[in-house]
Amino acid sequence: MSTQPDGSARPAGGREITYLLALREALQEEMRRDPSVFLLGEDLARHGGGFGVTQELWEEFGSERVRNTPISENGFVGVALGAAMTGSRPVVEIMFMDFSALAVDQICNQAAKIHYMFGGQARAPLVVRLPQGGLSWKSAAAHHAQSLEAWYVHIPGLVVVFPSTPYDAKGLLKAAIRDDNPVVFIEHKALYSQTGEVPDGEYVVPIGKADIKRAGKDVTVVASGYMVHSALQAAETLAAGGIEAEVIDPRTLKPLDEETLYTSVRKTHRVVLVQEACRTAGVAAEWGMLIQEACFDWLDAPITRLAGMDVPIPYASSLESQVWPTPDAIVGAARRVCYFPGETPWGIPGDAPQDMPQDFPRE
Amino acid sequence: MSDPAHPGGPAAPPVERDQALHLLRKMHEIRFFEQAAGLLYQKGRIKGGVHPCIGQEAVAVGVCASLRPDDLIGSNHRGHGHHIAKGADLGRLMAEVLGKATGYCGGRGGSMHVAAFDVGSLGAFPILASGIPVAVGAALSARLQQRERVVVSFFGEGALAQGTLHEAVNMAAVWQLPVVFVCENNQYAVSTHVSQTIAFRDLPALAGAYGIPAKEVDGQDVLAVIAAARWLVEHARGGQGPGLLHARTCRFEGHYFGEPQVYRSRDEVQQARQTLDPITRLRDALQAQGWLDEAEAQAIQQSAREAVEAALRFAEASPEPDPEEVAAYVYTA
Repeated sequence: MSTQPDGSARPAGGREITYLLALREALQEEMRRDPSVFLLGEDLARHGGGFGVTQELWEEFGSERVRNTPISENGFVGVALGAAMTGSRPVVEIMFMDFSALAVDQICNQAAKIHYMFGGQARAPLVVRLPQGGLSWKSAAAHHAQSLEAWYVHIPGLVVVFPSTPYDAKGLLKAAIRDDNPVVFIEHKALYSQTGEVPDGEYVVPIGKADIKRAGKDVTVVASGYMVHSALQAAETLAAGGIEAEVIDPRTLKPLDEETLYTSVRKTHRVVLVQEACRTAGVAAEWGMLIQEACFDWLDAPITRLAGMDVPIPYASSLESQVWPTPDAIVGAARRVCYFPGETPWGIPGDAPQDMPQDFPRE
Repeated sequence: MSDPAHPGGPAAPPVERDQALHLLRKMHEIRFFEQAAGLLYQKGRIKGGVHPCIGQEAVAVGVCASLRPDDLIGSNHRGHGHHIAKGADLGRLMAEVLGKATGYCGGRGGSMHVAAFDVGSLGAFPILASGIPVAVGAALSARLQQRERVVVSFFGEGALAQGTLHEAVNMAAVWQLPVVFVCENNQYAVSTHVSQTIAFRDLPALAGAYGIPAKEVDGQDVLAVIAAARWLVEHARGGQGPGLLHARTCRFEGHYFGEPQVYRSRDEVQQARQTLDPITRLRDALQAQGWLDEAEAQAIQQSAREAVEAALRFAEASPEPDPEEVAAYVYTA
């Protein structure tokens, strides 16, 4: 992984570790720092959780703080909420984000609303970790590969975080644990094994702050999770043809760092939004509307959206490969909003503006 | 007056006289509070739904009288009585029901989402059974923090049909947490009789399946409730795990104020009011015991009435919430 966060305030020194290990370090450090932090979920203890994030933590912290639960998602998220309302800081793992459907009542009706409906008498500082997505985790199909972030972004009272790099994963999980609001913490399963640089020392990544993963002047590409890496790959291809894409990772889906998006769009005047989740009423629709409201006069092309298809995730590779946006699709969309010769946002051949490169290699 | 430990035997009140009079006073407070809310509802002064617990006062009062101030309760949509029994301020409670800024939740919760954390209420969770795992989590928290705290979870028999209840009871039992589950069985889930919806009506047997103790009581008899609740609370406090209290009770009103009650006859309701009133029953028992004369009974009733009237004056004089504050408390400051 060769991502370069904007980097201005990153501590010196560092190691290349996986996204998975970065998450484990965040849990371990926060549990050492604060005895009120504990973990609960299915198979967390000896087994180390669904994907191994909590491995070695049971050995250090024991069964009370690394708590195996029955397979009762709504029940144990409710337990976490009750603990959070009474002075503890639980971190829940739901094995697959798809299973969080069983806990939507506790997450959306209860945890999200506790602080508001009780007039500030209670707080719900819990974190619900949700491994989501498909891609390199192949053929997981309809019940093990969805991207459901829009469900939670829609609910007032929830914070929704979605890191794309080991650095962000560790820093955001630590911030999430320290936050007094209920945090839906989305992890991408295909990123667990990816490596990246993480500082040796203590740091947190602030919630609500986007990151410019790649600077560019010609087109703004907004993407989260695994799609950040697809966007960065596309940006390399685009750069070879003279289009400099700026890749923005919101990192926190709610509250969204709108200013970073607007600043970029007012510079590039062109926008491609990318989401792995299925198209209809996804986060990209919200981003596009916000940009349209705030940056209409700066836009030189229609806002373009790439998204997963509106289908249940299929099993067979020949079908699955059709579902998600690819780096090639991102390249194509960026070219179109840049009015690359012969390509327009409407798919009708047209002339490129004079300031755009004229010699982009056609495929 | 019956003692569940000695069915049919001589009935010794499980409480001292002072506490018995306190129980009577609390039941009167709840009754007057609910009646006042009913009048306000009729006048259109309460905008939201109100689910009155008239007829069920003895369960809330008996259970809460067996708790320490530091113990917690989790409530449901029919929760005014639970809160009053746990010691909530009547004025702030009434103000919340009226949607006033001085209410416990600043007018954001209303009757169905009231909470009183200052007296150990985790709040009302009106989606059936949703508050039960929350109570279990509070008990887990208490154990992790090494506090000698018991948590009571109130729910109606309608919640027995929710999977979440069984998830929560199972976890409390597996982890041996200090929770007392209190089923207030008033027989009707809105309009539907328990015989039409619940196959397992033998609740001690259900508790037995989870390996936890259960007590069944006449929920109209506050002294029976307190005796059973005390046993379960101390069992839980002693580290021996959760328990279940099954209180058979009766609501004298509809599911909510204004609900037409087409599913039961007026005679059934009238007969219940005459024969199952928990306030009458305690008053008669205390008089039979020689602990209460008519004048004292009147004085207790009058003082409860005055307390509710004062609460009503406070609530009605209180301001509405500031519209500018509508988004306060969505996130923590």
